[in-house]
Amino acid sequence: MRRVYLDYNATAPLLPEALAAAVPYYTSVWGNASSIHRQGREARVAIEDARAQVAHLIGAADPLDIVFTGSGTEAVNLAIRGYADGNRACGQHIITTRVEHPAALDTCRALEQRGFDLTYLPVDGLGRVDPEVLASSIRPQTSLLTLIHSHHEVGTLQPLAALVEVAHGRGIPVHVDAVQAVGRVSIDVEALGIDLLSLSGHKFGGPKGAGALYIRHNLGATMQAVIHGGHQERERRAGTEDVPSIVALGKACALMGDRLTDEYKRLSVLRDRLEIETFSRIPDVHTLGKSADRLPNTTNLSFAGVKGEALVFNLDLLGIAVSTGASCSSRQGVPSQVLEAMGVPREVSEGSVRFSFGWGSTDEDIEHVLDVLPATVERLRKLSPLP
Amino acid sequence: MAITGSGYSPIVIDHFQNPRNVGELSDANAQASVTNPVCGDVLQLMLKITDGRIVEVGFKTFGCEAAIAASSLLTEMVKGKTLLDVQDITPEVITTALGGLPKVKLHASALAEEALKEALERYGASHG
Repeated sequence: MRRVYLDYNATAPLLPEALAAAVPYYTSVWGNASSIHRQGREARVAIEDARAQVAHLIGAADPLDIVFTGSGTEAVNLAIRGYADGNRACGQHIITTRVEHPAALDTCRALEQRGFDLTYLPVDGLGRVDPEVLASSIRPQTSLLTLIHSHHEVGTLQPLAALVEVAHGRGIPVHVDAVQAVGRVSIDVEALGIDLLSLSGHKFGGPKGAGALYIRHNLGATMQAVIHGGHQERERRAGTEDVPSIVALGKACALMGDRLTDEYKRLSVLRDRLEIETFSRIPDVHTLGKSADRLPNTTNLSFAGVKGEALVFNLDLLGIAVSTGASCSSRQGVPSQVLEAMGVPREVSEGSVRFSFGWGSTDEDIEHVLDVLPATVERLRKLSPLP
Repeated sequence: MAITGSGYSPIVIDHFQNPRNVGELSDANAQASVTNPVCGDVLQLMLKITDGRIVEVGFKTFGCEAAIAASSLLTEMVKGKTLLDVQDITPEVITTALGGLPKVKLHASALAEEALKEALERYGASHG
Protein backbone atom coordinates (compact mmCIF):
# COMPACT_ATOMS: atom_id res chain seq x y z
CA MET A 1 0.00 0.00 0.00
CA ARG A 2 1.20 3.49 -0.80
CA ARG A 3 2.02 5.33 2.43
CA VAL A 4 1.69 9.10 2.54
CA TYR A 5 3.01 11.00 5.53
CA LEU A 6 1.41 14.40 6.13
CA ASP A 7 2.10 14.90 9.82
CA TYR A 8 5.25 17.03 9.75
CA ASN A 9 4.05 19.09 12.70
CA ALA A 10 4.42 15.91 14.77
CA THR A 11 7.82 15.13 13.30
CA ALA A 12 9.64 15.18 9.99
CA PRO A 13 11.77 12.44 8.48
CA LEU A 14 15.50 13.01 8.88
CA LEU A 15 17.09 14.70 5.89
CA PRO A 16 19.50 12.19 4.27
CA GLU A 17 22.21 14.88 4.27
CA ALA A 18 21.73 15.38 8.01
CA LEU A 19 22.13 11.67 8.60
CA ALA A 20 25.22 11.54 6.42
CA ALA A 21 26.72 14.48 8.32
CA ALA A 22 26.12 12.74 11.65
CA VAL A 23 27.53 9.30 10.81
CA PRO A 24 31.26 10.16 11.11
CA TYR A 25 30.58 11.45 14.62
CA TYR A 26 29.36 8.00 15.60
CA THR A 27 32.06 6.04 13.80
CA SER A 28 35.32 8.00 13.83
CA VAL A 29 35.10 11.39 15.55
CA TRP A 30 33.61 10.19 18.82
CA GLY A 31 35.61 12.27 21.30
CA ASN A 32 34.16 14.15 24.25
CA ALA A 33 34.03 17.79 23.22
CA SER A 34 35.25 18.84 26.68
CA SER A 35 38.51 16.87 26.35
CA ILE A 36 41.82 18.58 25.72
CA HIS A 37 43.16 15.91 23.37
CA ARG A 38 42.78 15.76 19.66
CA GLN A 39 39.63 13.60 19.61
CA GLY A 40 37.99 16.07 21.95
CA ARG A 41 39.05 19.06 19.91
CA GLU A 42 37.64 17.53 16.73
CA ALA A 43 34.28 17.05 18.44
CA ARG A 44 34.45 20.62 19.74
CA VAL A 45 35.03 22.02 16.25
CA ALA A 46 32.03 20.09 14.94
CA ILE A 47 29.77 21.44 17.69
CA GLU A 48 30.88 25.02 17.13
CA ASP A 49 30.33 24.70 13.37
CA ALA A 50 26.81 23.45 14.05
CA ARG A 51 26.23 26.31 16.50
CA ALA A 52 27.09 28.79 13.75
CA GLN A 53 24.67 27.02 11.37
CA VAL A 54 21.83 27.24 13.89
CA ALA A 55 22.63 30.89 14.64
CA HIS A 56 22.66 31.72 10.93
CA LEU A 57 19.20 30.21 10.33
CA ILE A 58 17.56 32.40 12.99
CA GLY A 59 19.61 35.52 12.36
CA ALA A 60 21.54 35.42 15.64
CA ALA A 61 24.64 37.57 15.34
CA ASP A 62 26.68 35.61 17.90
CA PRO A 63 26.69 31.79 17.74
CA LEU A 64 27.60 31.71 21.44
CA ASP A 65 24.05 32.86 22.14
CA ILE A 66 22.88 29.39 21.05
CA VAL A 67 22.58 26.68 23.72
CA PHE A 68 22.06 23.10 22.54
CA THR A 69 19.41 21.11 24.41
CA GLY A 70 18.01 17.61 24.21
CA SER A 71 14.68 18.72 22.70
CA GLY A 72 12.49 21.67 21.87
CA THR A 73 10.60 21.04 25.09
CA GLU A 74 13.82 21.24 27.08
CA ALA A 75 14.68 24.51 25.34
CA VAL A 76 11.26 25.91 26.30
CA ASN A 77 11.71 24.74 29.90
CA LEU A 78 15.16 26.32 30.08
CA ALA A 79 13.89 29.57 28.60
CA ILE A 80 10.91 29.99 30.90
CA ARG A 81 12.17 28.40 34.12
CA GLY A 82 15.75 29.49 33.61
CA TYR A 83 14.72 33.10 33.10
CA ALA A 84 11.95 33.18 35.72
CA ASP A 85 14.10 31.66 38.44
CA GLY A 86 17.18 33.66 37.54
CA ASN A 87 15.22 36.90 37.63
CA ARG A 88 12.81 36.18 40.46
CA ALA A 89 13.95 39.30 42.28
CA CYS A 90 12.79 41.43 39.31
CA GLY A 91 9.23 40.16 39.47
CA GLN A 92 7.13 37.03 39.63
CA HIS A 93 4.50 37.77 37.02
CA ILE A 94 4.74 35.98 33.68
CA ILE A 95 2.49 36.55 30.69
CA THR A 96 1.70 33.80 28.21
CA THR A 97 -1.21 32.83 25.94
CA ARG A 98 -4.07 30.34 25.92
CA VAL A 99 -2.74 28.67 22.79
CA GLU A 100 0.64 27.44 24.01
CA HIS A 101 2.04 24.00 23.37
CA PRO A 102 2.11 21.87 26.55
CA ALA A 103 5.89 22.42 26.73
CA ALA A 104 5.28 26.06 27.67
CA LEU A 105 1.83 25.66 29.22
CA ASP A 106 2.88 23.00 31.72
CA THR A 107 6.10 24.86 32.53
CA CYS A 108 4.03 27.97 33.31
CA ARG A 109 1.66 25.92 35.45
CA ALA A 110 4.61 24.49 37.36
CA LEU A 111 5.84 28.02 38.04
CA GLU A 112 2.35 28.99 39.17
CA GLN A 113 2.45 26.19 41.75
CA ARG A 114 5.73 27.62 43.01
CA GLY A 115 4.21 31.04 43.65
CA PHE A 116 4.54 32.85 40.31
CA ASP A 117 1.58 34.78 38.95
CA LEU A 118 0.61 33.84 35.41
CA THR A 119 -1.60 35.62 32.91
CA TYR A 120 -2.94 33.54 30.02
CA LEU A 121 -3.85 35.95 27.24
CA PRO A 122 -6.96 35.26 25.14
CA VAL A 123 -6.75 35.01 21.36
CA ASP A 124 -8.99 36.02 18.49
CA GLY A 125 -10.82 33.65 16.17
CA LEU A 126 -7.64 33.00 14.24
CA GLY A 127 -5.55 32.29 17.33
CA ARG A 128 -3.76 35.67 17.58
CA VAL A 129 -3.01 37.77 20.63
CA ASP A 130 -4.08 41.42 20.42
CA PRO A 131 -1.11 43.71 21.26
CA GLU A 132 -3.49 46.02 23.16
CA VAL A 133 -4.66 43.15 25.34
CA LEU A 134 -1.02 42.35 26.03
CA ALA A 135 -0.32 45.98 26.93
CA SER A 136 -3.17 46.05 29.45
CA SER A 137 -2.00 42.85 31.13
CA ILE A 138 1.49 44.11 31.93
CA ARG A 139 2.17 44.87 35.61
CA PRO A 140 5.17 46.38 37.38
CA GLN A 141 6.07 42.83 38.52
CA THR A 142 5.93 41.34 35.02
CA SER A 143 9.27 39.69 34.27
CA LEU A 144 8.68 37.74 31.03
CA LEU A 145 6.38 37.34 28.05
CA THR A 146 6.46 33.82 26.62
CA LEU A 147 4.44 33.03 23.53
CA ILE A 148 4.18 30.56 20.72
CA HIS A 149 5.34 31.79 17.31
CA SER A 150 2.96 29.73 15.23
CA HIS A 151 0.48 27.21 16.34
CA HIS A 152 0.94 23.51 15.70
CA GLU A 153 -2.76 22.80 15.11
CA VAL A 154 -3.78 25.59 12.74
CA GLY A 155 -0.48 27.25 11.82
CA THR A 156 -1.50 30.82 12.66
CA LEU A 157 1.45 33.19 13.16
CA GLN A 158 1.34 35.62 16.05
CA PRO A 159 1.78 39.34 15.21
CA LEU A 160 5.22 39.00 16.71
CA ALA A 161 6.75 42.36 15.83
CA ALA A 162 3.85 44.25 17.42
CA LEU A 163 3.84 42.05 20.53
CA VAL A 164 7.60 42.34 21.03
CA GLU A 165 7.35 46.09 20.64
CA VAL A 166 4.72 46.33 23.38
CA ALA A 167 6.71 44.11 25.74
CA HIS A 168 10.01 45.88 25.10
CA GLY A 169 8.31 49.25 25.53
CA ARG A 170 7.72 48.18 29.13
CA GLY A 171 11.16 46.62 29.52
CA ILE A 172 9.95 43.03 29.42
CA PRO A 173 11.97 40.38 27.56
CA VAL A 174 10.23 37.97 25.21
CA HIS A 175 10.60 34.22 24.80
CA VAL A 176 9.30 32.81 21.54
CA ASP A 177 8.47 29.10 21.20
CA ALA A 178 9.34 28.79 17.52
CA VAL A 179 9.44 24.99 17.42
CA GLN A 180 6.87 24.83 14.57
CA ALA A 181 8.27 27.85 12.74
CA VAL A 182 12.04 27.43 12.47
CA GLY A 183 13.01 25.95 9.13
CA ARG A 184 9.59 26.80 7.68
CA VAL A 185 9.33 30.58 7.82
CA SER A 186 12.02 33.20 7.93
CA ILE A 187 12.92 34.22 11.48
CA ASP A 188 15.39 36.91 12.44
CA VAL A 189 15.90 37.29 16.18
CA GLU A 190 17.95 40.46 15.71
CA ALA A 191 15.44 42.19 13.45
CA LEU A 192 12.54 41.26 15.74
CA GLY A 193 14.49 41.86 18.94
CA ILE A 194 13.57 38.45 20.32
CA ASP A 195 15.35 37.72 23.60
CA LEU A 196 14.86 33.96 23.89
CA LEU A 197 13.86 31.57 21.13
CA SER A 198 13.31 27.80 21.32
CA LEU A 199 13.66 25.47 18.36
CA SER A 200 13.60 21.76 17.69
CA GLY A 201 15.52 19.91 14.98
CA HIS A 202 13.11 17.10 14.21
CA LYS A 203 10.28 19.30 12.96
CA PHE A 204 12.19 20.25 9.83
CA GLY A 205 14.51 17.37 9.01
CA GLY A 206 16.99 17.29 11.87
CA PRO A 207 17.20 14.48 14.41
CA LYS A 208 14.95 13.95 17.40
CA GLY A 209 16.73 14.67 20.65
CA ALA A 210 18.28 17.87 19.35
CA GLY A 211 16.91 21.27 20.24
CA ALA A 212 18.37 24.67 20.88
CA LEU A 213 17.66 27.83 22.79
CA TYR A 214 18.77 31.25 21.63
CA ILE A 215 19.62 33.48 24.61
CA ARG A 216 20.36 37.12 23.83
CA HIS A 217 23.78 37.74 25.32
CA ASN A 218 22.66 40.46 27.75
CA LEU A 219 20.29 37.94 29.39
CA GLY A 220 22.83 35.16 29.55
CA ALA A 221 24.28 36.00 32.95
CA THR A 222 20.85 36.01 34.61
CA MET A 223 19.69 32.65 33.27
CA GLN A 224 19.61 29.78 35.75
CA ALA A 225 20.44 26.29 34.49
CA VAL A 226 17.70 23.68 34.64
CA ILE A 227 20.10 20.73 34.31
CA HIS A 228 23.14 20.84 36.58
CA GLY A 229 26.29 18.77 36.49
CA GLY A 230 28.98 20.17 34.23
CA HIS A 231 30.39 23.16 32.43
CA GLN A 232 28.94 22.30 29.03
CA GLU A 233 27.11 24.95 27.03
CA ARG A 234 28.69 27.65 29.19
CA GLU A 235 27.04 26.22 32.31
CA ARG A 236 23.57 26.62 30.90
CA ARG A 237 23.00 22.99 30.04
CA ALA A 238 25.12 20.34 31.70
CA GLY A 239 25.74 16.95 30.13
CA THR A 240 28.15 15.58 27.53
CA GLU A 241 27.09 16.98 24.18
CA ASP A 242 25.40 14.61 21.70
CA VAL A 243 27.82 15.49 18.92
CA PRO A 244 26.23 13.50 16.05
CA SER A 245 22.76 14.92 16.78
CA ILE A 246 24.12 18.44 17.09
CA VAL A 247 26.00 18.07 13.80
CA ALA A 248 22.86 16.75 12.11
CA LEU A 249 20.80 19.62 13.55
CA GLY A 250 23.33 22.11 12.20
CA LYS A 251 23.24 20.46 8.79
CA ALA A 252 19.43 20.54 8.71
CA CYS A 253 19.50 24.25 9.63
CA ALA A 254 21.96 24.99 6.82
CA LEU A 255 19.95 23.05 4.24
CA MET A 256 16.55 24.40 5.20
CA GLY A 257 17.97 27.90 5.40
CA ASP A 258 19.16 27.62 1.80
CA ARG A 259 15.80 26.26 0.68
CA LEU A 260 13.58 28.42 2.87
CA THR A 261 12.12 30.70 0.18
CA ASP A 262 11.63 27.89 -2.34
CA GLU A 263 10.15 25.54 0.23
CA TYR A 264 7.81 28.24 1.52
CA LYS A 265 6.40 28.66 -1.99
CA ARG A 266 6.35 24.96 -2.79
CA LEU A 267 4.55 23.97 0.42
CA SER A 268 2.08 26.86 0.13
CA VAL A 269 1.13 25.57 -3.30
CA LEU A 270 0.63 22.01 -2.00
CA ARG A 271 -1.45 23.27 0.91
CA ASP A 272 -3.58 25.55 -1.25
CA ARG A 273 -4.20 22.76 -3.73
CA LEU A 274 -5.32 20.41 -0.95
CA GLU A 275 -7.66 23.05 0.46
CA ILE A 276 -9.16 24.14 -2.86
CA GLU A 277 -9.67 20.60 -4.15
CA THR A 278 -11.08 19.38 -0.84
CA PHE A 279 -13.61 22.21 -0.90
CA SER A 280 -14.62 21.41 -4.44
CA ARG A 281 -14.92 17.66 -3.91
CA ILE A 282 -16.42 17.47 -0.39
CA PRO A 283 -19.38 19.49 0.92
CA ASP A 284 -19.53 21.03 4.40
CA VAL A 285 -15.83 21.46 5.08
CA HIS A 286 -14.49 24.23 7.30
CA THR A 287 -10.93 25.41 7.38
CA LEU A 288 -9.55 26.94 10.55
CA GLY A 289 -7.24 29.93 10.53
CA LYS A 290 -7.20 30.27 6.77
CA SER A 291 -7.37 34.05 6.61
CA ALA A 292 -4.48 34.55 9.03
CA ASP A 293 -0.80 34.85 8.30
CA ARG A 294 0.13 31.25 8.75
CA LEU A 295 2.71 28.54 8.29
CA PRO A 296 2.96 27.42 4.67
CA ASN A 297 2.85 23.75 5.60
CA THR A 298 -0.23 23.44 7.82
CA THR A 299 -3.93 23.24 7.15
CA ASN A 300 -6.67 22.29 9.55
CA LEU A 301 -9.81 21.00 7.87
CA SER A 302 -13.02 20.15 9.67
CA PHE A 303 -15.57 17.78 8.16
CA ALA A 304 -19.09 18.31 9.50
CA GLY A 305 -20.72 15.23 11.01
CA VAL A 306 -17.49 13.26 11.26
CA LYS A 307 -15.27 12.77 14.28
CA GLY A 308 -11.76 13.88 13.38
CA GLU A 309 -10.28 10.97 15.29
CA ALA A 310 -12.29 8.40 13.32
CA LEU A 311 -11.22 10.03 10.06
CA VAL A 312 -7.56 10.03 11.11
CA PHE A 313 -7.85 6.35 12.04
CA ASN A 314 -9.61 5.49 8.79
CA LEU A 315 -7.05 7.37 6.69
CA ASP A 316 -4.25 5.54 8.48
CA LEU A 317 -5.84 2.21 7.51
CA LEU A 318 -5.73 3.53 3.94
CA GLY A 319 -2.06 4.53 4.19
CA ILE A 320 -2.36 8.25 4.98
CA ALA A 321 -0.82 9.60 8.18
CA VAL A 322 -2.43 12.82 9.48
CA SER A 323 -3.51 13.94 12.94
CA THR A 324 -6.18 15.57 15.02
CA GLY A 325 -5.89 17.79 18.07
CA ALA A 326 -9.27 16.58 19.23
CA SER A 327 -9.16 13.01 20.38
CA CYS A 328 -10.94 11.16 23.18
CA SER A 329 -7.62 9.81 24.38
CA SER A 330 -5.34 12.78 23.79
CA ARG A 331 -4.30 14.55 26.95
CA GLN A 332 -5.54 17.83 25.52
CA GLY A 333 -9.00 16.30 25.62
CA VAL A 334 -11.99 17.09 23.48
CA PRO A 335 -12.38 19.69 22.24
CA SER A 336 -8.81 20.82 21.77
CA GLN A 337 -8.04 23.61 24.24
CA VAL A 338 -6.35 25.60 21.49
CA LEU A 339 -9.37 25.49 19.21
CA GLU A 340 -11.61 26.23 22.19
CA ALA A 341 -9.50 29.34 22.97
CA MET A 342 -10.03 30.43 19.36
CA GLY A 343 -13.79 30.15 19.91
CA VAL A 344 -14.16 27.32 17.40
CA PRO A 345 -17.57 25.68 17.99
CA ARG A 346 -17.31 22.18 19.40
CA GLU A 347 -18.97 20.53 16.42
CA VAL A 348 -16.30 22.04 14.17
CA SER A 349 -13.32 21.25 16.39
CA GLU A 350 -14.52 17.66 16.83
CA GLY A 351 -14.34 17.12 13.10
CA SER A 352 -10.98 18.74 12.61
CA VAL A 353 -8.02 17.04 11.00
CA ARG A 354 -4.57 18.53 10.58
CA PHE A 355 -2.53 18.02 7.43
CA SER A 356 1.07 19.23 7.72
CA PHE A 357 3.72 19.03 5.04
CA GLY A 358 7.47 19.25 4.80
CA TRP A 359 10.57 18.60 2.78
CA GLY A 360 9.53 15.12 1.64
CA SER A 361 5.97 16.06 0.64
CA THR A 362 5.09 15.92 -3.05
CA ASP A 363 2.25 16.72 -5.39
CA GLU A 364 1.64 12.95 -5.67
CA ASP A 365 1.01 12.87 -1.91
CA ILE A 366 -1.72 15.48 -2.27
CA GLU A 367 -3.13 13.64 -5.27
CA HIS A 368 -3.35 10.44 -3.25
CA VAL A 369 -5.12 12.21 -0.38
CA LEU A 370 -7.58 13.75 -2.82
CA ASP A 371 -8.25 10.29 -4.29
CA VAL A 372 -8.97 8.74 -0.90
CA LEU A 373 -10.46 11.53 1.23
CA PRO A 374 -13.89 12.14 -0.37
CA ALA A 375 -15.03 8.50 -0.17
CA THR A 376 -13.69 8.14 3.37
CA VAL A 377 -15.54 11.22 4.59
CA GLU A 378 -18.66 10.04 2.77
CA ARG A 379 -18.45 6.60 4.43
CA LEU A 380 -18.16 8.07 7.92
CA ARG A 381 -20.91 10.60 7.27
CA LYS A 382 -23.25 7.75 6.30
CA LEU A 383 -22.54 6.24 9.72
CA SER A 384 -23.23 9.48 11.51
CA PRO A 385 -26.55 10.45 13.11
CA LEU A 386 -25.61 14.14 12.89
CA PRO A 387 -27.11 16.17 10.05
CA MET B 1 -6.56 -11.59 21.70
CA ALA B 2 -3.65 -9.99 19.94
CA ILE B 3 -3.74 -6.23 19.73
CA THR B 4 -2.60 -5.06 16.31
CA GLY B 5 -0.20 -2.19 15.66
CA SER B 6 -3.14 0.17 15.70
CA GLY B 7 -3.75 -0.57 19.38
CA TYR B 8 -6.95 -2.45 18.51
CA SER B 9 -7.91 -6.07 18.03
CA PRO B 10 -8.74 -7.31 14.51
CA ILE B 11 -12.39 -7.51 15.62
CA VAL B 12 -12.46 -3.76 16.30
CA ILE B 13 -10.82 -3.02 12.97
CA ASP B 14 -13.27 -5.28 11.17
CA HIS B 15 -16.32 -3.65 12.75
CA PHE B 16 -14.93 -0.18 12.07
CA GLN B 17 -14.24 -0.99 8.43
CA ASN B 18 -17.36 -3.10 7.84
CA PRO B 19 -19.95 -1.94 10.33
CA ARG B 20 -23.06 -4.15 10.57
CA ASN B 21 -26.66 -2.96 10.65
CA VAL B 22 -25.95 0.66 9.78
CA GLY B 23 -28.90 2.95 9.24
CA GLU B 24 -32.31 3.88 10.51
CA LEU B 25 -35.21 1.48 10.88
CA SER B 26 -38.45 2.88 9.55
CA ASP B 27 -40.49 0.50 11.72
CA ALA B 28 -38.44 0.66 14.91
CA ASN B 29 -40.51 0.40 18.09
CA ALA B 30 -37.66 0.97 20.55
CA GLN B 31 -34.92 3.51 20.23
CA ALA B 32 -32.46 5.68 22.08
CA SER B 33 -29.96 8.39 21.28
CA VAL B 34 -27.19 8.69 23.86
CA THR B 35 -24.28 11.09 24.10
CA ASN B 36 -20.98 10.81 25.89
CA PRO B 37 -20.73 14.24 27.50
CA VAL B 38 -16.94 14.05 27.78
CA CYS B 39 -15.93 13.27 24.21
CA GLY B 40 -19.16 14.13 22.43
CA ASP B 41 -19.75 10.70 20.87
CA VAL B 42 -23.39 10.14 19.85
CA LEU B 43 -24.99 6.73 19.32
CA GLN B 44 -28.46 6.35 17.90
CA LEU B 45 -29.82 2.83 18.32
CA MET B 46 -33.05 1.54 16.80
CA LEU B 47 -34.71 -1.80 17.54
CA LYS B 48 -37.74 -3.57 16.18
CA ILE B 49 -39.07 -5.89 18.87
CA THR B 50 -41.66 -8.52 18.03
CA ASP B 51 -42.99 -11.03 20.57
CA GLY B 52 -40.19 -10.28 23.02
CA ARG B 53 -37.49 -10.72 20.43
CA ILE B 54 -35.25 -8.13 18.73
CA VAL B 55 -35.92 -8.90 15.08
CA GLU B 56 -34.32 -5.86 13.47
CA VAL B 57 -31.66 -3.44 14.62
CA GLY B 58 -30.04 -0.35 13.17
CA PHE B 59 -27.53 2.23 14.41
CA LYS B 60 -25.77 5.44 13.57
CA THR B 61 -22.71 6.67 15.43
CA PHE B 62 -20.81 9.92 15.52
CA GLY B 63 -17.63 9.04 17.31
CA CYS B 64 -14.17 7.62 17.25
CA GLU B 65 -13.24 4.28 15.69
CA ALA B 66 -13.85 2.42 18.97
CA ALA B 67 -17.33 3.94 19.35
CA ILE B 68 -18.26 2.90 15.81
CA ALA B 69 -16.92 -0.63 16.32
CA ALA B 70 -18.65 -1.06 19.70
CA SER B 71 -21.97 0.14 18.24
CA SER B 72 -21.71 -2.24 15.31
CA LEU B 73 -20.77 -5.18 17.51
CA LEU B 74 -23.65 -4.44 19.86
CA THR B 75 -26.13 -4.63 17.01
CA GLU B 76 -24.74 -8.02 16.04
CA MET B 77 -24.96 -9.24 19.63
CA VAL B 78 -28.61 -8.33 20.07
CA LYS B 79 -30.08 -9.14 16.67
CA GLY B 80 -32.40 -12.14 16.87
CA LYS B 81 -32.10 -12.35 20.65
CA THR B 82 -34.94 -12.27 23.18
CA LEU B 83 -35.19 -9.42 25.65
CA LEU B 84 -34.23 -11.94 28.33
CA ASP B 85 -31.08 -12.91 26.38
CA VAL B 86 -29.78 -9.34 26.16
CA GLN B 87 -30.36 -8.23 29.72
CA ASP B 88 -26.96 -9.48 30.80
CA ILE B 89 -25.04 -7.36 28.29
CA THR B 90 -22.67 -5.12 30.22
CA PRO B 91 -19.87 -2.83 28.98
CA GLU B 92 -17.42 -5.57 29.97
CA VAL B 93 -19.25 -8.14 27.84
CA ILE B 94 -19.02 -5.80 24.84
CA THR B 95 -15.35 -5.06 25.50
CA THR B 96 -14.55 -8.77 25.72
CA ALA B 97 -16.44 -9.49 22.51
CA LEU B 98 -14.42 -6.74 20.81
CA GLY B 99 -11.23 -8.57 21.77
CA GLY B 100 -10.43 -5.89 24.31
CA LEU B 101 -10.08 -2.11 24.09
CA PRO B 102 -7.35 0.29 25.19
CA LYS B 103 -8.19 1.70 28.62
CA VAL B 104 -8.85 5.18 27.25
CA LYS B 105 -11.46 3.70 24.88
CA LEU B 106 -13.57 1.76 27.38
CA HIS B 107 -16.12 4.57 27.11
CA ALA B 108 -17.06 3.13 23.70
CA SER B 109 -18.47 -0.07 25.23
CA ALA B 110 -20.12 1.96 27.97
CA LEU B 111 -21.91 4.14 25.40
CA ALA B 112 -23.15 1.08 23.47
CA GLU B 113 -24.50 -0.55 26.63
CA GLU B 114 -26.13 2.70 27.71
CA ALA B 115 -27.94 2.98 24.37
CA LEU B 116 -29.26 -0.58 24.61
CA LYS B 117 -30.39 -0.12 28.19
CA GLU B 118 -32.15 3.14 27.43
CA ALA B 119 -33.88 1.77 24.34
CA LEU B 120 -35.15 -1.24 26.31
CA GLU B 121 -36.29 0.91 29.22
CA ARG B 122 -38.26 3.13 26.90
CA TYR B 123 -39.75 0.07 25.24
CA GLY B 124 -40.64 -1.38 28.63
CA ALA B 125 -42.29 1.85 29.70
CA SER B 126 -44.52 2.01 26.63
CA HIS B 127 -45.23 -1.71 26.32
CA GLY B 128 -45.45 -2.46 30.06
